Amino acid sequence: MAVNLNRVPMREQDPEVRRRNFDEVALGYTLEEAVQEAKRCLQCKKPMCVEGCPVNVRIPQFIAAIVEGNIEEAFRIIRQTNNLPAICGRVCPQETQCEQRCVLGRRGQPVAIGRLERFVADYCMEKGIEDEVEVKPNGKKVAIVGAGPAGLTAAADLAKLGYDVTIFEAFHEPGGVLIYGIPEFRLPKSLVKREIEGLKKLGVKILTNVIVGKSITIDELLEEGYKAVFIGSGAGLPKFMGIPGENLNGVYSANEFLTRINLMKAYDFPNSHTPIKRGKKVAVVGGGNVAMDAARSALRLGADEVHIVYRRSEAEMPARLEEIHHAKEEGIIFDVLTNPIEVLGEDGWVKGLKCIRMKLGEPDESGRRRPIPIEGSEFVMDVDTVIIAIGTSPNPLIASTTPGLAVQKWGGIIVDEETCATSKDRVYAGGDAVTGAATVILAMGAGKRAAKAIHERLSKEE
Amino acid sequence: MYRILRKEKLAPGIWLMKVMAPFVARRAMPGQFIILRVKEGGERIPLTIADYDRQEGWVTIIFQEVGLTTRLLAKLNEGDGILDFVGPLGRASELDGLKRVLCIGGGVGVAPLYPQVKYLWEKGTSVDVIVGARSKEYLILEKEIRGICNNLYITTDDGSYGRKGFVSDVLKELLDQGNVYDRVIAIGPLIMMKVVSEITKQYNVPTVVSMNPIMVDGTGMCGGCRVTVGGEVRYACVDGPDFDGHLVDFDEAMRRQRMYREEEQHICKLMEKEGL
Repeated sequence: MAVNLNRVPMREQDPEVRRRNFDEVALGYTLEEAVQEAKRCLQCKKPMCVEGCPVNVRIPQFIAAIVEGNIEEAFRIIRQTNNLPAICGRVCPQETQCEQRCVLGRRGQPVAIGRLERFVADYCMEKGIEDEVEVKPNGKKVAIVGAGPAGLTAAADLAKLGYDVTIFEAFHEPGGVLIYGIPEFRLPKSLVKREIEGLKKLGVKILTNVIVGKSITIDELLEEGYKAVFIGSGAGLPKFMGIPGENLNGVYSANEFLTRINLMKAYDFPNSHTPIKRGKKVAVVGGGNVAMDAARSALRLGADEVHIVYRRSEAEMPARLEEIHHAKEEGIIFDVLTNPIEVLGEDGWVKGLKCIRMKLGEPDESGRRRPIPIEGSEFVMDVDTVIIAIGTSPNPLIASTTPGLAVQKWGGIIVDEETCATSKDRVYAGGDAVTGAATVILAMGAGKRAAKAIHERLSKEE
Repeated sequence: MYRILRKEKLAPGIWLMKVMAPFVARRAMPGQFIILRVKEGGERIPLTIADYDRQEGWVTIIFQEVGLTTRLLAKLNEGDGILDFVGPLGRASELDGLKRVLCIGGGVGVAPLYPQVKYLWEKGTSVDVIVGARSKEYLILEKEIRGICNNLYITTDDGSYGRKGFVSDVLKELLDQGNVYDRVIAIGPLIMMKVVSEITKQYNVPTVVSMNPIMVDGTGMCGGCRVTVGGEVRYACVDGPDFDGHLVDFDEAMRRQRMYREEEQHICKLMEKEGL
């Protein structure tokens, strides 16, 4: 039988409806749809997809279990290497990882691995199916800094190996970027909470409202009997462009805008007490996933018009194609090859965004064609809110209070890539604190490697 | 939950709370602040640490009822718990190596000034203090500060206690009389810190002010607390809250402080209707 070159489509909320609500956009597969899609997998002897996965999920095996209708078994297989499948199935950039390597992709659409992973996780969550893990405590304490994807993954792996794991989280709620950054319509917070509950069942303790580097230092943790520390403190200070008017009222960093909405639930003001400015005409500066999240959130807060302002062309945008596609469907306006040069104000509030048109020149050090301003092409975009989503630089709190911890010039913690070991004995690090702003799955991969290295190190000790 | 060990009314609408928070107390230093959330659904607001005891694990905060969150906080009583309480945040004030300092506090700004006066006094620094309040009944911490400084000057806007006038009047006089200070520390309303900084600039006295802008996380993540200092953008939560008063753009800070005034008034009215 010839393989269907097209994947089973996934149902989504109608763009006209979803652009005004925070409910999840993608609705997931039914069992029938999942089985149908799973049957497209060729079950390669040498599965390239697995190599494309930062946590090496045994992809053909779990897909085979779906074909057999044994979803519970598929779940068990995924959970062997991935503790957060409901999350990864939604936010991993599968198109550049597992799915990019799928042989079907040469002639047609690759197997929808991410959607299948999501289906398995959701199905089992709904049915209340959990994988039974027997934990034999070994009495050794490990501290994890930050309850984001890197920290949660390291904590889960270590807890399963019997370690007494405590996570220290600065915010009042665990989850890191999964809670404060990625919006509800892309990743429902109830899922994140369920995954964290699962972690607590493994015996992991989570202390919120404790800032490592301020409330307690890495050295103090080691003195208090923690045999190893993993730093997964995430990204830090938002970058601004350094153009005039960026401190006007109505200019947000994407971090602040999204944190107010996601963590503090400002969309529910005044029931939730945290306010947010609901702009009518909004410009989001940047072309990554965070920019898409901010733009789509602004729309859902009631904006009439939301622009993505990006200095290169759409081909250079770092955001996932799916996110760009969803944003366009919802009516976000893309102003590419456009660079802001000044935020204009009136009485202290944003009144407009002065921009200049760009053209692409020769490739720069990033390999992308360098944007060059077109002289005399300045124009003013009529907006009342500007959101800057051009990335973050690492948080200085830990590096500045941990003597002996080597960091890059730009602030990222220096580690051995294979073991995530830092320059400081017994201290490991991973995720955005090391790489700068990257993806959830890369952070999880680092958490896994660190857990393995910590176990290798500590199992040699009494 | 972070238990309230003691609650005391210092002045109309101004409260002191001693809160059990060992993770904050163990490393707290003068000049640092905390962020709290009163209850589920509540806002995160920063408040400066007014006192602490490392051994007993408590921290004191002093706050004025201005917005919804401070009003909700004032509703809590001894024995009640505050949902979230995190810190110490921000850099500690640099108070070492000074010989003679003039500390100026206005309104509830006297609260964060107090631990700095105390620290300086304990280090043997010569300290003069000017404290300003609207009227006698709004004056706080007079007794506490009187015992730990060389000279205490008090001003009230209406003349009901101390001298009638503003802290800046006394400041100008002291400088005109030839008093030499190697630093002025000013904490209070933005307009007070602005006026003080303008005066000390004329006399070339290094001046440190403590900024208290709108924040969300307080740990260097959201960037909401940005302040322009000497033409550069700085973050009050990780670079501050102390900054050189001669370099701070106070007009911008005052404007940013008003960002959510409409929302604040709206939510306070709603709550009043519900009988807060």
